[in-house]
Amino acid sequence: MSALEVEPGAAPESGLVTTDTLDNFDEMSCSLEEIKNENDATQEEETNDNTINEQFDDNGVNDNEFVNADEEFELNKEWIGKSKHVFVLSMAGKPIYSRYGNEDKLAWLFGVMQTLVSFTQSSDDCIQSIQAGNTRFVFLVKKPLILVTVSKTRESESQLKMQLHYVFNQITSILTLTRLNKIYEQRQNYDLRRLLSGVERLIDHLLTFSEMESSIMLGAVQCLPLASSVRDTISSAITGACSKIKNLVFAILLANNKLITLVRMKKYCLHPADLHLIFNLVQASESFKNSESWTPLCLPKFDASGFLYGHVSYLSEDCQACLLLLTVERDVFFTLSEAKQKIVEKLRRSNCLEAINESLGNPGESSASAGFVEIRHYLYKCKSTAQFYQPNLSPPYAQSKEPLIEIYKRAHHRLHNVSRPLKLIFERSANEAILAWDTKGFELFVVFEPLIDTSQAIVLIGKLLNWIKKKEERLFHLNAPTF
Amino acid sequence: MKHIVGKVVLLGFQGVGKTALVSRYVEKAFHPQKAPTVGASFFTCKVVKEDHIVTLQIWDTAGQERFKAMAPMFYRNANAALLIFDITSQLSFDSIKMWVQELKGNVEESMMLCVVGNKLDLNDQRQVSREEASAYSKSIDATYLECSAMTDQGVALIFEKLAQGLMRLQGLSSTLKIYEDDIMASSSELEATDIANEETVNVSIGSIAHGNTVNGKCC
Ligand SMILES: Nc1nc2c(ncn2[C@@H]2O[C@H](COP(=O)(O)OP(=O)(O)O)[C@@H](O)[C@H]2O)c(=O)[nH]1
Ligand SMILES: [Mg+2]
Repeated sequence: MSALEVEPGAAPESGLVTTDTLDNFDEMSCSLEEIKNENDATQEEETNDNTINEQFDDNGVNDNEFVNADEEFELNKEWIGKSKHVFVLSMAGKPIYSRYGNEDKLAWLFGVMQTLVSFTQSSDDCIQSIQAGNTRFVFLVKKPLILVTVSKTRESESQLKMQLHYVFNQITSILTLTRLNKIYEQRQNYDLRRLLSGVERLIDHLLTFSEMESSIMLGAVQCLPLASSVRDTISSAITGACSKIKNLVFAILLANNKLITLVRMKKYCLHPADLHLIFNLVQASESFKNSESWTPLCLPKFDASGFLYGHVSYLSEDCQACLLLLTVERDVFFTLSEAKQKIVEKLRRSNCLEAINESLGNPGESSASAGFVEIRHYLYKCKSTAQFYQPNLSPPYAQSKEPLIEIYKRAHHRLHNVSRPLKLIFERSANEAILAWDTKGFELFVVFEPLIDTSQAIVLIGKLLNWIKKKEERLFHLNAPTF
Repeated sequence: MKHIVGKVVLLGFQGVGKTALVSRYVEKAFHPQKAPTVGASFFTCKVVKEDHIVTLQIWDTAGQERFKAMAPMFYRNANAALLIFDITSQLSFDSIKMWVQELKGNVEESMMLCVVGNKLDLNDQRQVSREEASAYSKSIDATYLECSAMTDQGVALIFEKLAQGLMRLQGLSSTLKIYEDDIMASSSELEATDIANEETVNVSIGSIAHGNTVNGKCC
């Protein structure tokens, strides 16, 4: 294969935390205190007093829900036929979330799950998964919650577990881990749903996102293709308007689930898993459209113990890119609102809004239109910048994406199988051929026409990498600008 | 022309139609299946009344319990509060009463209170009678109005009453911004009610998370 000196999409510095899929998902950093200590002396009175004052009134909460007469209710064909169920419950077995059906009606089921977990815990063990026919039960016991998935999809145990981690992080992102822990320290039997109303939508959306997009599997984000000069102008419009604002940690501009730019406070990077939660929040919240919003937001990988505050708005009616300005200060809405106005004016004057719209309106190149007719689709991830690129879908996947996603998930699993990781896979079936390649700098998954032969595939891969390299400035966010 | 800039906060239980009401007025539209508000949204609009231009800076808060600790940030320094309930839900009316207690306990400046019963189009499912709501409103010195954000019935009147209320607050409130000429107003509109400068009681990151700064009897 043709040797490239540096893999496409690599950059000396990255605004995103470098990821090697699935590794160390539990690691979290604590950056909030650091920022607050370093960046200001003005907030001395902030005692960060963590006492909770939950009012534990029990209105309408029935502790005896476990003996539920309606047990049979949810056991209908449609419910059973769902390809993937996801449940969240407290250590005490209280229902928190069910992807389908009403949690209260499923109390018996949550009881069974809790029993399984506590039974294995009583012998100092931890239940991981159960396989029954084509159904896989995967457990994630992450104090103070238990998360369970019951899946008939062909996703691997580690992929399913990853999704549960994301669900856990979604909940943390709403409440902070500190508060979540405090709640259950104070009362094991707390009904968390009262604090999570409206969050079901976010979890539903996140699960669909993890099933329909490759980004969570890859641990990477896709960028909106833009000329590097345009992306740089956008970044400098943001730094220009924000450089004097203290305690601003991240400015993120995104559109259509793709990153346009990320500007950050020196020293801090954003973890792709946190960015995925932000994408999910923006996509699932139409309420951000038409007005400016101010919301607390915890980024669990960045700091699970506290909130950042976000000024969230779309650039303008004629440019549907969403700008998030995230700060550690809870009361600077108007400062950030002004900064946003300046950014938009600058972008308008420099024709960047048009450039963004143009890219959004363009379906993007398919693999065939770029000259690779034997390649149906591919995923290229640059590890050092945690970004990936994929061409536009083309037949036979243009109508339905699921089979393609399934092919990728299977290949990804085989490449990263913990007990037997592989570097290179080439596999041919009647329907397609897939090549999966894991190197130090990048990961590549390529789906070929089924009749391709090995040597031809290898030549094409070399050409493909060169093509991506040539386009890298457009396809990736190569700078890691800071305020 | 006198220009008044006043801050308005929308309070009320989740789902009563706060966002629907403000979008009906500001955007002239009703989106039936909109996702719930995240955090709080900020709108501005202008009402022209006699020789006054009244700019309303409106904070539409999320009714969810987890955002409750954020509310003081928005009602502190507010010049008016719209307390919205759903006429088909007694629970949402009770929730108004808790907000009123919280405001009385935490806001010193005089503030215009306006109670709004929304979803008037669902009159046949009414749970809170007009008499009960208006008697209660009277007892707290609030204006009482009913409307339907869906049909637009009564919506404009609410914002007119708000503007009138703010005009009457002139001289009574130190946080209300009044400009004799229009140009000055537009240049200092933002800093006028900048919560960053005026927030006196600090809500720490810790207490935002846990909601212990408010001593009202809510939740
Ligand atoms: N029938 C009816 N439904 C309404 C009215 N106003 C709002 N809604 C509905 O009530 C639900 C909640 O509205 P929303 O504005 O999000 O409530 P908020 O949580 O108070 O902001 C939505 O489904 C709206 O469509 C109304 O005047 N009549
Ligand atoms: Mg709302």
